[in-house]
Amino acid sequence: MSHNGLMTPFQSDASLRRFLHGLPGVDEVGARARADVLASRSIKTDSKRQAIDLAISMIDLTTLEGQDTPGKVRALCAKARQPGYGAPPVAAVCIYPDLVPIAVEGVAGTGIKVASVATAFPSGRAALDVKLADVKSAVAAGADEVDMVIDRGAFLSGRYLPVYEEIVAVKASCADAHLKVILETGELGTLDNVRRASWLAMLAGADFIKTSTGKIAPAATLPVTLVMLEAVRDFAADGGRRIGVKPAGGIRTEKDAVRYLVLVNETAGEPWLDPALFRLGASSLLNDLLMQRVRMETGRYSGPDYMTVD
Amino acid sequence: MSEVSEVSEVASPEAGRIAVRKTYKLYIGGVFPRSESGRSYVVQGSDGGFLANAALASRKDARDAVVAARKAFGGWSGATAYNRGQVLYRVAEVLEGRRAQFADEVRQATGVSLAQACGEVDAAVDRWVWYAGWSDKIAQVRGGANPVAGPYFNFSLPEPTGVVAVLGPQDGAGSALLGLVSVIAPAIVGGSTAVVVASEKYPLPAVTLSEVLATSDVPGGVVNILTGRVAEIAPWLASHMDVNAIDLAGAPGALADDLAVAAAENLKRVVRLPSADWTAEPGIERMTAYLETKTVWHPMGV
Amino acid sequence: MRFEYAPAPESRSVVTLRDSYGLFIGGEFVGGSSVFKTISPATEEVLAEVTHGGPEDVDRAVAAARQAYERVWSVMPGRDRGKYLFRIARLIQERSRELAVLETLDNGKPIRESRDVDVPLTAAHFFYHAGWADKLGYAGFGPSPRPLGVVGQVIPWNFPLLMLAWKVAPALACGNTVVLKPAETTPLTALLFGEICQQADLPPGVVNIVTGDGSTGHALVAHPGIDKVAFTGSTEVGREIARMCAVSGKRLTLELGGKAANVVFDDAPVDQAVEGIVNGIFFNQGHVCCAGSRLLVQESVADEVLEALKRRMATLRLGDPLDKNTDVGAINSRAQLDKITDLVAAGDAEGAQRWAAPCPLPERGFWFPPTVFTEVSQAHRIAKEEIFGPVLSVLTFRTPAEAVEKANNTPYGLSAGVWTEKGSLILWMASRLRAGVVWANTFNRFDPASPFGGYKESGFGREGGRHGLEAYLDGPGGGDV
Repeated sequence: MSHNGLMTPFQSDASLRRFLHGLPGVDEVGARARADVLASRSIKTDSKRQAIDLAISMIDLTTLEGQDTPGKVRALCAKARQPGYGAPPVAAVCIYPDLVPIAVEGVAGTGIKVASVATAFPSGRAALDVKLADVKSAVAAGADEVDMVIDRGAFLSGRYLPVYEEIVAVKASCADAHLKVILETGELGTLDNVRRASWLAMLAGADFIKTSTGKIAPAATLPVTLVMLEAVRDFAADGGRRIGVKPAGGIRTEKDAVRYLVLVNETAGEPWLDPALFRLGASSLLNDLLMQRVRMETGRYSGPDYMTVD
Repeated sequence: MSEVSEVSEVASPEAGRIAVRKTYKLYIGGVFPRSESGRSYVVQGSDGGFLANAALASRKDARDAVVAARKAFGGWSGATAYNRGQVLYRVAEVLEGRRAQFADEVRQATGVSLAQACGEVDAAVDRWVWYAGWSDKIAQVRGGANPVAGPYFNFSLPEPTGVVAVLGPQDGAGSALLGLVSVIAPAIVGGSTAVVVASEKYPLPAVTLSEVLATSDVPGGVVNILTGRVAEIAPWLASHMDVNAIDLAGAPGALADDLAVAAAENLKRVVRLPSADWTAEPGIERMTAYLETKTVWHPMGV
Repeated sequence: MRFEYAPAPESRSVVTLRDSYGLFIGGEFVGGSSVFKTISPATEEVLAEVTHGGPEDVDRAVAAARQAYERVWSVMPGRDRGKYLFRIARLIQERSRELAVLETLDNGKPIRESRDVDVPLTAAHFFYHAGWADKLGYAGFGPSPRPLGVVGQVIPWNFPLLMLAWKVAPALACGNTVVLKPAETTPLTALLFGEICQQADLPPGVVNIVTGDGSTGHALVAHPGIDKVAFTGSTEVGREIARMCAVSGKRLTLELGGKAANVVFDDAPVDQAVEGIVNGIFFNQGHVCCAGSRLLVQESVADEVLEALKRRMATLRLGDPLDKNTDVGAINSRAQLDKITDLVAAGDAEGAQRWAAPCPLPERGFWFPPTVFTEVSQAHRIAKEEIFGPVLSVLTFRTPAEAVEKANNTPYGLSAGVWTEKGSLILWMASRLRAGVVWANTFNRFDPASPFGGYKESGFGREGGRHGLEAYLDGPGGGDV
């Protein structure tokens, strides 16, 4: 059996463990130090303008609340289509599966994707058939992308094979939809685990690996995203496909967003500076990017009164 | 020694202006609450006159202070020694800036001359600076590699013990400020956090000290200062199972024995040093009392 | 999409450059007999005129230091010496931006490094040593160790302000007074430090700064009025100074050159190891005595590591040192650039394979692109001689024992790096590497609490930490500290 051109003779937890634990380790202190240096880059003037618009075009504009309603989703879609102030549209809207039909209508004809979370998001704690049904219903309703969660309990107890097989099954249920695999890095504990989970997801067929559900802290961080970018870079270099990366949660300011773009630029490189391979999962970030955009254009600091609430 | 301006004289109505008097509260978790018991007690000056009402801390205040100290321990002990040294040095800077205020409070409380009060304040600042400089050195003096007989790398490191209860000196020369500083600084320089009971007779400089701590980058909860009766509060701290060490400097003989017995329940590290001339340079015992030694082994081999 | 970074220059306006600078003697800036110019190595523009200290100027400085020692500094309680050092540390923090910009202008190193490494470490050294001034009895050198007297200190151009801190802070903390000679090409931050001493109200003569060239340094080292010499610089000059002090009997510490091996095992955390290699040799343009200038990579992973290294080198940004995004700045002088060019030519001639990422160099100024030589063997000049530039030589090994042998196969012994996830291997290697500083899974980390210094021809004596105080103390003795 092979996936994406790579031989995957994984018949057991043990064989997967031998592979995943054979990957080079990550020195946490060194990884954090590298992320810190990259975070100190100074992005100004033209490059800042460019980065702001790129970041906006990479946003998966998100609402994932128990209290979401069709009205809320419609407002989100309106903002997604036209953030305002001449900014480009965002990459996608990200919602719960039962609101997919509303979103599909809300972004129809714009090229903006509809991404739905699924697989008993955010905990992932449900039977496999329930999770697969969750996926299929989202896809049937018109979702272009599916954001699944891995079984962290299984991963942390070393049951790598069930995690792997679940991703494979979800990918199969996605039909033409793209699959993002959420690792929930805040629960994985170490950067070594982030590297292993990334490889596991990529081998199993992920189109994107995503840091977090955004429902726990810590969500996305620069060191975690650094390790994931290294993983997709190495996977592609090894003859595999190019897989995308999506940090999600906790990215609130333009400064944060630009730091992520610098990370991408100096780790995975130019091909990933594209919404097809890099997304930012965020909600309030859009307004901060717009405020900075306005300041660069007008020379004046703006305020919340001038930014629409979606 | 430079002169201190006579600001205290302005407090009397005869000078014309009605002074805005300070209230003296507890310092717990970085904020200034009144005692949860609502009680206060009268603090008299050396002349027997009324100085202020100070909060009379209850066992519940002590309990809350221990909770705050425990909460602050992770961050404070996790900071680099350099960072702790910087914070302590900043405290000294702010203390120095308030020299006149402290000298005034010490003079009013203890009746010493202004010159003597200034001397005590200067000594307190210098004492604080002395301790600040220990933060990034104590590990080098108390730790090191151990030459064990085998292919092992073996080293011993001092680590802070946790939450320290400090019974500040109650009376006697220097207990208003210098002695207080001399028992607080060694408790926190190594990374432990402290719950302090101030002098019952001279509590006001302790409260002003807590204002200094609150404005000097000291994280809330690292030092908590209670004013009140040692005999009432101390037993609750000595028996508290989440307090790791106790300094009995402010407990008179018989009480100290009882407290030491109570402290034995969870094997607290008990500091019972003979009463000090606070002006003399201290040794390092008050720091090392709160430092656990951790020894680590690691094989050396291919 | 290409993401180019627009220029992000740090402003020069925070520094007020004078047209000319005097010598800092006895607490004042005074004139001398002749002057020379100091330039910016990035643009070759003249930054200022600086006074050349002749023998009579060295004389004056030593006399001022002696007077300050005898009348003020050696009789002052340690507690008070410490307070002066705390003041200086604070002032350095307050003027940190100014110092960082000035250091970058005069030295050529990227502003990000001056700002984030050199200046913060400088302040930290003064803070750390301030705290020792009244605790010397605890340092392990006897209950009341005494200072030596007047110390003569000669420092290099690669970390001008930081090297000043490494010398001045412990000397003062221990009760000595100093005459410091900054390097010829980088005098300006030392002179600004003189101003800081004035702002701190440091008693006149405790710190004296005599700028000049090699002859000034020679006059200082030879001066009968100093009790101790501390030198950081090339092994060649260090040898000469050792000869002079052998005759004169002065106490001496030396911190000299290196040719450190950065050893990468097959189980190294690869991405961090690559960062460590890059940091080891390209940080500060390779002008680092403890630079990891020899990469010893385990043969089984050599290709993989080299590929990752080259990919990483291609993202290094070389250019205007005042640009906040610059990673690699200018070579400090024409003379140093010539040395680097010569040795690189030798590398080519001896058959090593050279590689550098495409790297446009500015027209004016002194520049060398980050370069890596593969197929290097121990016999090559580029494996033996210190290049002191952004040039890495790569050798391979098969077993840990071979790594140790190759790493130690040099007259130098300043530092070494070890990259592996296996703890016991780190400690086994550390115990066998004949180097004064061993970095495991990191490189080029410095701290005032951490002793630094070399084995063999990398010098003797340690700077920093409790151990670093020894050089400035006279051993057990009576009297107050």
